[in-house]
Amino acid sequence: MSKNVSSDRFRKVDVDEYDENKFVDEEEGGENQQGPDEGEVDSLIRQGNVMGALQAVLKNPPMNTKNQALKDRAEGLVLKVLSSFKSGDIEKAVQSLDKNGVDLLMKYIYKGFEQPTENSSAVLLQWHEKALSAGGVGSIVRVLTARKTV
Amino acid sequence: MPDNYSFGIEPVSCHAFNKDRTQVALSLNDSEVQIHKFAAGKWALTDTLAEHGQRVTGIDWAPNSNRIVTCGADRNAYVWTKQSDNKWKPTLVVLRINRAATSVRWSPQENKFAVSSGARMIAICYFEQENDWWISKQIKKPIRSTVTCLDWHPNNVLLACGSTDFKARVYSAYIKDVEEKPSATSWGSKMPFGNLMAEFSSGGGWVHSISFSANGERLAWVGHDSSVCVVDAANGQQLTTVKTDVLPFMSITWVTDNSLVAAGFDCCPMLYTYSSGNINFVSKLDDTAKQQVAGKVSAMARFKAMDSRAATDDSASETSLGTVHQNTITQLSIHSGTKSKCTKFATSGVDGQLVVWDVKSLESAFAGLRIA
Repeated sequence: MSKNVSSDRFRKVDVDEYDENKFVDEEEGGENQQGPDEGEVDSLIRQGNVMGALQAVLKNPPMNTKNQALKDRAEGLVLKVLSSFKSGDIEKAVQSLDKNGVDLLMKYIYKGFEQPTENSSAVLLQWHEKALSAGGVGSIVRVLTARKTV
Repeated sequence: MPDNYSFGIEPVSCHAFNKDRTQVALSLNDSEVQIHKFAAGKWALTDTLAEHGQRVTGIDWAPNSNRIVTCGADRNAYVWTKQSDNKWKPTLVVLRINRAATSVRWSPQENKFAVSSGARMIAICYFEQENDWWISKQIKKPIRSTVTCLDWHPNNVLLACGSTDFKARVYSAYIKDVEEKPSATSWGSKMPFGNLMAEFSSGGGWVHSISFSANGERLAWVGHDSSVCVVDAANGQQLTTVKTDVLPFMSITWVTDNSLVAAGFDCCPMLYTYSSGNINFVSKLDDTAKQQVAGKVSAMARFKAMDSRAATDDSASETSLGTVHQNTITQLSIHSGTKSKCTKFATSGVDGQLVVWDVKSLESAFAGLRIA
C-alpha cells in the first residue's frame, strides 16, 4: 500500500495538550518538600522505637513534588518502617494516628500495593485491615480521588 | 417506618414536588417527565411531559406560580405551564450552551431560574415581557469544569454552585430587569451580575450537592472525597471540613438552622450538626438493619439454607441491603416544612424508589435523637 502523505509524525501529537479548555490543577509550591527524613527514621528503627519511626516517616509527605525519585524513596522508607512492626503492635500504632495520619498511611499502603516486592503485600494487607477499621471506606475513597498523591 | 414508593426498576434521575405535595414530577432515566398524583396512599401517573430529546437531568416545580422547569442532556430547558384544559404546555428556553444541562433551580421568588451545565457555565433565565420569551444570561468566569449543582440564597440574587473543578462558589445572579438592587449580605455588598462573591476549595473531589441554610448565612456542600464542608459567612467565612469514613454523599440539605441531612452511596440518610466551627456526625437515619436482625431463624431453616443456597447468614441480608433504599440515593428534598424546620424530607435514588422520611418518627425511632 502506498502512503499518501510524506510524514505521519502528526499522528503522535497529543492534541489534548493544545485544548485551551484543558483542566490544569493548581500548582501548590512543592519544591521544598523533602519527604520523610531518612536518617531520623533509620535511627529510630535501629533503636527499636517503631512507633516513633512511624510518626517520623509520616511527616513531610512528598505530595506536591514532581520528583518521582523522591516519591519512590519516601515509599521505600515507609515500607521499611511498616515491615519492622510486630503483627500485634500494628493496631495500637494505627490508633495513635490522627485522621490525616490514617489517610496518609492509606495512601502509602496503596502506593505500596502498586509495586509489590517479596513480602510487602502481606505486611501491607495487615496494615490495610487495621487502617480500614480506623479510617473506614472514606479513607480509601480519598486515596482514589486525591489529585496529588504520595 | 419511612413511606416507601417504588416507581419501577429504572433509577429516578430527579424529582420535584408541587406546593402541597399532592403531586410529584419525576424522570425515570429517560427523556420524559412523569407527573404522579397522590391518592389513597399511592402515586398514580396523570401526565407525561415529553419534549426533551435526551435524558432529563433536572426538574424543579415552582410552588407559588405552579410552573415546572426541566432541563436535559439535550442542552435545552423547558418551562411548563398548566393550561385551562389541565394540560402542561412547554416553552423552550434557549440556553445557548453547547454541553448537557446538569441541574435546574427556580429562584425563591420564581421570577428566574438557574441552569448548570457541562459547558462550564451557569445560565440564568428570566422572562422578558415585551418579546414574550425567556432570555438567558451566562455566568462563566472562573468556572473551569462542569457545574453539577446549584442552590439559591433566600435573597433571590446570590447563587451557590458546585463544580467538578473541586470548587464551591457563590455568584451574584442579579438581573436588573426583574428585581430591585439587593441590600448587602454577609457574602458581600457589591453584587453585579456574574460577580464571584466567594470561592472555596472542597478538598479532592467533585462537588455533588450544595445547600444554603434557611437564612443564607451558611453554605454546606459534599464532595466525592467523602467530605462534608460548611462555610459560615456570618463568622468571617470560616470554612470547616469533615472527612467522613463512609462512602461519598450525593446530596445534602439543611433541615434546621444547625442540622444537615446528607445521603449518597451508602444508601442511607445521615444526620450531621454544625455548631461553632465543628461538623459532628450524629446518626444514620435508617434503622432497617436493626429490625432485620431481630427476626429469629430456626436451626432447621438455617441448615436448609446452607445446604441449598450456601447461605451462611440471615437470608435477608444476603440479597438486600440493610437500608430502605437498595441503591445510591441521588437526591434529597424538603417535603414538609422548611430548611429551617423540616418535618419531612424525601429521598430518591438509583433503585427507582422515592422515600418520604418523617422527622418526628425518626426522633422516636432513635432513642435520644433530637433533630434541632
